[in-house]
This record gives sequence, structure tokens and C-alpha cells, in this order.
Amino acid sequence: MATMTYRQALRDTLRDEMLRDENVFVMGEEIGVFEGSYKITEGLLKEFGPKRVRDTPIAEEGFVGAAIGAAMLGLRPVVEIMTINFSLLALDQIVNHAAKIYGMFGGQCSVPMVIRTPGGGGQQLGATHSQNVELFYSFIPGLKVLAPSTPAEASSMLRAAIRDDDPVLFLENLALYNTRGEVPDDLEPAEIGRAAVTRPGTDVTIIAYSRMAHVAAEAADKLATDGISAEIVDLRSLRPLDRETVVESVRRTGCAVVAEDDWLTYGIGAEIAATIQEGAFDHLDAPVRRVAMAEVPLPYSKPLELAALPSAESLVTAVRDTVRATGR
Amino acid sequence: MSEILMPRLSDTMEEGVISAWHKKPGDKVSAGEALVDIETDKALMEYEAYEDGVLGEILVAEGQTASIGAPIAILLGEGESAPPKAPAAPEAAPAANGQAAAPQQPAAAPAPAATATVPAQGAPAEASNDTRSRPPSSPLARRLARENDLDLTTITGSGPGGRIVRADIEAALKNAPAPAPAAPQAPSPATTAPAAAEDPDVERVPLSRIRKVTARRLTESMQSTPHFYLTRVVDVGALLAFRKTLNEALNPAKVSVNDLIVKACATALRANPVLNVSFTEDSLLVHKRVNVGVAVALEDGLVVPVIRDADRKTVSQIGAETRELAGRAREQRLTPQEMSGGTFTVSNLGMFGIDSFTAVINPPEAGILAVGATRKDVVVGDDGEFTARDRLTLTLSVDHRACDGATGAKFLGELAELLENPLRIIA
Repeated sequence: MATMTYRQALRDTLRDEMLRDENVFVMGEEIGVFEGSYKITEGLLKEFGPKRVRDTPIAEEGFVGAAIGAAMLGLRPVVEIMTINFSLLALDQIVNHAAKIYGMFGGQCSVPMVIRTPGGGGQQLGATHSQNVELFYSFIPGLKVLAPSTPAEASSMLRAAIRDDDPVLFLENLALYNTRGEVPDDLEPAEIGRAAVTRPGTDVTIIAYSRMAHVAAEAADKLATDGISAEIVDLRSLRPLDRETVVESVRRTGCAVVAEDDWLTYGIGAEIAATIQEGAFDHLDAPVRRVAMAEVPLPYSKPLELAALPSAESLVTAVRDTVRATGR
Repeated sequence: MSEILMPRLSDTMEEGVISAWHKKPGDKVSAGEALVDIETDKALMEYEAYEDGVLGEILVAEGQTASIGAPIAILLGEGESAPPKAPAAPEAAPAANGQAAAPQQPAAAPAPAATATVPAQGAPAEASNDTRSRPPSSPLARRLARENDLDLTTITGSGPGGRIVRADIEAALKNAPAPAPAAPQAPSPATTAPAAAEDPDVERVPLSRIRKVTARRLTESMQSTPHFYLTRVVDVGALLAFRKTLNEALNPAKVSVNDLIVKACATALRANPVLNVSFTEDSLLVHKRVNVGVAVALEDGLVVPVIRDADRKTVSQIGAETRELAGRAREQRLTPQEMSGGTFTVSNLGMFGIDSFTAVINPPEAGILAVGATRKDVVVGDDGEFTARDRLTLTLSVDHRACDGATGAKFLGELAELLENPLRIIA
């Protein structure tokens, strides 16, 4: 057991997997000599050499396509896209190729690749560099989308992603890289597609993932001082989505608030709300509420950016309103 | 724009319960199309739209009651729009989803750019409360009410906009553990069932609509109508002989003893209408027509189809009509009209070997005749001679508010007279 940052957990796991399986290699912009914009690949070039740690040109569509080809031929590429915003340049490769090849060609070959990419606002990077567009990928059958919120999960889920035979979009978050947590030694790969109740509670279920799981924990602490016992479900996997865990929790608590770091309209919260009404309709004592980003391109100005992002305060307000609506 | 009013679906109906809306606001409605199910004191009726249009607003939600003539919905003509609604309840305001922190930080709304902000962050779920056709209650509350046999209309909601939530159901169960809170009209001790805990030795059988209506009406009758009972034994030797003669003449049609009794009651009521009345708070309604109801036992309740103008019908007409109505009653296909408008009722348990019994008056009628089985009695004649006679026992239940003992006794005497001299029944 060691306490480390999310960043360190990712880096160590990448190294472990490269040591374990020589078919695993990493590829991306500035990941070699510069050791990654977020230093996830620190030391890897030195240790594994340029054949397995490949710097690419600024050409997302090209290197994602190259990784798909490598994966089809049996390698296990781990591609870093500097931020999820840039993945849009590779959208056709991801959606029309990585996600489709296994099914379209009768299962002749799978695409065991991982695209690691951080999302997240709050860094004053402006509207085009601060988005959370994991929804686009969560929408696509053929892809898996993982979104760990802690160092331990980052490690166990990256391990699982690399060993999985399907293309996995592995969502990191700029605000999480420096968060710390305990990571057990000899961590087994996570089971893909399982959400977790990360904090048990009785009055309301908060559903969140990635950075919002931390915001939810902060909100739950505040709510506890008001005597409101919030249960937190960390989705961890956006596709496949663990509907069961969500529904089971809401069946216990009778109401739910979804916290998401993207826009409300058509968002992941909408999918969760639909899941809840399908699976727990007769257990709902109040409408499902969603807390999300303001429906604007994220402003650059710090105060505006903070105001537009969902916060623990806005989540606390929404949960209080929801619990109040149940007469408790 | 026109208002749809609670229709009068039976003549004893004072109010109707909206059982189900077939349309929701915004739906197109064509004349003749089923619009709403309305439960009256007698039956569940489908009510059709009288004109084309669009259902604008539902004013009386499912499960709620409205008196006759009260508006229950608004129908809009082509191109008309709904009337302006009252602003949403104040609770709706903090319900705004999304960025709840925004109002505290007005800087968050870059006004010119944020075209999508307001509608997206509004609370459509709350705003649409106005037009929901359900009584406001959470799904959880509805399920708990269902499981505990609670009537949601008896519970006051404490949630936003009066929504009934789990806490309200729990409070109701706590406050009323013994008698299940029934509809206000029927605080019937007969319906006291343990509401909460399920006894494994007891099977819970939900009440059918007919059983519910029967229970409510009988409770109402026993609680609001002071009954008294008059019993008289009638010699029916002549009646049986008369029936035999009639049946030989009518062959293959047949009349029953009960048909003759119905006809006799009608004739007696026409001659002496003391019991062809209804008691109301300030007046006695004397009915000019004699409509005799015939109680028909169903598997799960009791219905009383009515022979209209029984005094003016022949016995064979009464017989044919009774059998036709009773047949449809058993299939639950009687219309409310066929079960309403009675002025007197005959209930016969003779076929079950019952000697005599007392019947519960069917309001707003003032009397009901309970007919027992025909039996052989040993009768002591005027000269002291014993003879075996065919006799049956009549028990008349009378609404004491409408009629006193002596008056009732006189009527029963006249009825007995008719039955003992059956030619006079049809004379």
C-alpha cells in the first residue's frame, strides 16, 4: 500500500503494463522527450526506448488511425490525446473505425487500444480546451468509456483497459492529477462496467463520476452536518453503464441528484435520470434532479469559469431541495 | 374555448369521480371519442366528447370528485391556446436545475451569449405540474398507498405543490393504524381492516368497483336512514294457482312468483303511494311513476335493475324484462339508467330457502320488500280446523322519516290482500 497522486498511479501502471507485456506501447504528442504535457509518461522513453514510446506529430487523426492499425495486428497501443478536446480531430477514426471494426468485419480482429485523455474545466484554458465531451464516446456502441476518480481506480482501471480487447476511451481529469490516495500493491485489474457505492447513505443518492465524484463527497460532508445522509454512486464506467447499482441505490433512498461536469441538456445526467425512472419509478419520492455546467462555452475569466462549473454548493442546494421535496 | 362539465349520468347522481382521463392536455379530441371515465354512485361510465377540439387543460384530476355541472376540463377550438395559468408555486423557483449557484453570482450569466441558458436551466418538470392529470403524488407514495390500501384522496400532500410524498403516507399509516381511511362518504366500520401489517393467514382481496359502490351505498343507507321493519305472513295458495293458470296460458313464456309480487307491489304503490316517495331534508318527494327495482345478487356485489312503470306493465312483460335485466346484470352490462330511478325495491331470497329477512333500503327510496320462501304451514282456520296452506313471509323495511308504522302496516296489508286475491293484481 502506498499513497500517491493520480498522476503517479497512472504512470506506474503504464510502466507495469509495459513491463508485463511487450506488445504494450505508448504514443502521442510530447509524451517522449518532453515526458508528457501532464508528465504521465515520465521516464518511460528512457526506460523503454523510442520504439515503445513514440512521439507523434500534431495529427490526432493520423496517430489514432495508426494505433488502430497496430491494435488490429496484435499490439496494445496506449494513445495519449493531450486533452479530450483534441480527440474531436480523431472522431472519425474513433467512432467509424475503432468502434466498428470488430463488428463490421465479423469479429475477424478486435481493436485492443486505449485512448488516455484528460477532460475538465477550471484551469482557465478557455472554452475550446475545457470541455467534457466523454458523452460523445459514451454514446457509441463498440467503445468502452472509463472515468476513474481516485488513484487506486486510475491504476486498476487502466490495467483493465490495457488488457481489454475492445477500444477503451480512458477519461482522466486535469483537476484530479494531483489528488492523492492510497493504492494497494499488486492491484488487480478492475472489472469494467461496475459502478461503486463510495459512500453509503440513506436519504438521497448522488450519482457522479470523475471530478464530480469528489465534488459529491465534499457536498455529502456538508449535507451530513445538516443531518442529510447522502449515498454516493461513482459511475466509474460510462459505457458499459452499471444501471443496476444506480437503480438499487435509488430504490433504497427514494430520490436522486445527478452531478455532471458537462452540459445538462442531453447529458449523461439525462441518461441516468432515464435509467432511474425506468428501474426505480415506484420508489421515487421526488423528481430526479441534475446539477451540471451552465449552458455556455466555458468562460476564460476565473470568476466566470467558477460560476459556470457545477460546485459543491450548487450540489448541496439541489440535494437539500430534493430531500425537502420528500417532506424530510 | 369551452368548458367540459361534469355530466349527470344517473338521476341519483350528485357528483362524479374522475376515474381515468383518456386524453391528456394537448391531445386532439373528436366528437364521439371517449374522453374520460366517470364513476357515479351506480356505475363506471365512459363519457364522450360532444365537440371536436384540443383538450386544453384538465381541471379535475383522476381520483378527484366534482359535482354535477362543475367544469372538469377545458376544450380548445382549432388554433386556440390555453388560458394563462397562475404562476408556478413558489416552491418551483428554487427547483431550477443545473447551476443553482448562478443566481448568487450574477456574473455567471454572460447575457448576450447565453441564449440557451434560461430554457435549459428552467425546471420543465415543475412547470408542467399544472397540466398533469394525476393527483400530485410521488410514485413511491402511490406505491405505498397501493400496498397499504390507502386512498390518496384522503391524504394531504406536504411536498411541493401539495405533492403527496412518502412522509405523508407514513404519517397517515401512523395516525390511523386501525380503520383504513376510506372515502369520506363511507366511514364504514365494516371496512376496518388492519392497514399496515400483512397477516400471513389472511389473503387480501382488493374490492371490485361494484363491491365498493355496494358497500358505500349500504353503509350510507343504514347510517342515514332510520329503518323499521314490518313482517306479515301471506297465504299464497291462490297466487300459486293463479301463476299455474297464467303459465299454462302463456306457454312457453313463464312468470315467477316474484314477478307477481313485483306487479303486486306496483299495483299497491299506485293505489296507495305512501311508500312511493323519497325523503329529503326539506320535503317529501312523491313519485308519480312507479318504478320497481329487483335486487340481483352478483358474485361480488349487488345491483338493482329497475322495472320502469311496473304498474302499467303486464306480469309477463315484467317477467321478461326482469330476466333480461338480471342476465345483463350478471354480465355487468347494465347501464346506469337501467339501475337508477327506482322508487321501491323487491328483494327475494325465497329461492335460497330463507323464511324471512330484513333488507336494507336502497336510497333514495323509502321502502324495500324482503320476500321469503313459500312453505307449507299448518293453519288453524276460523272454525278451528287445521289445514296445510302455502304461505310466505314478507318483511317490509321502511324509512321512518318518510312513513310511520301504521301507514306502513296499512300498505303491507293492502299488498297482502292483493297477493291473496291475485286476480286483483292484474285488475
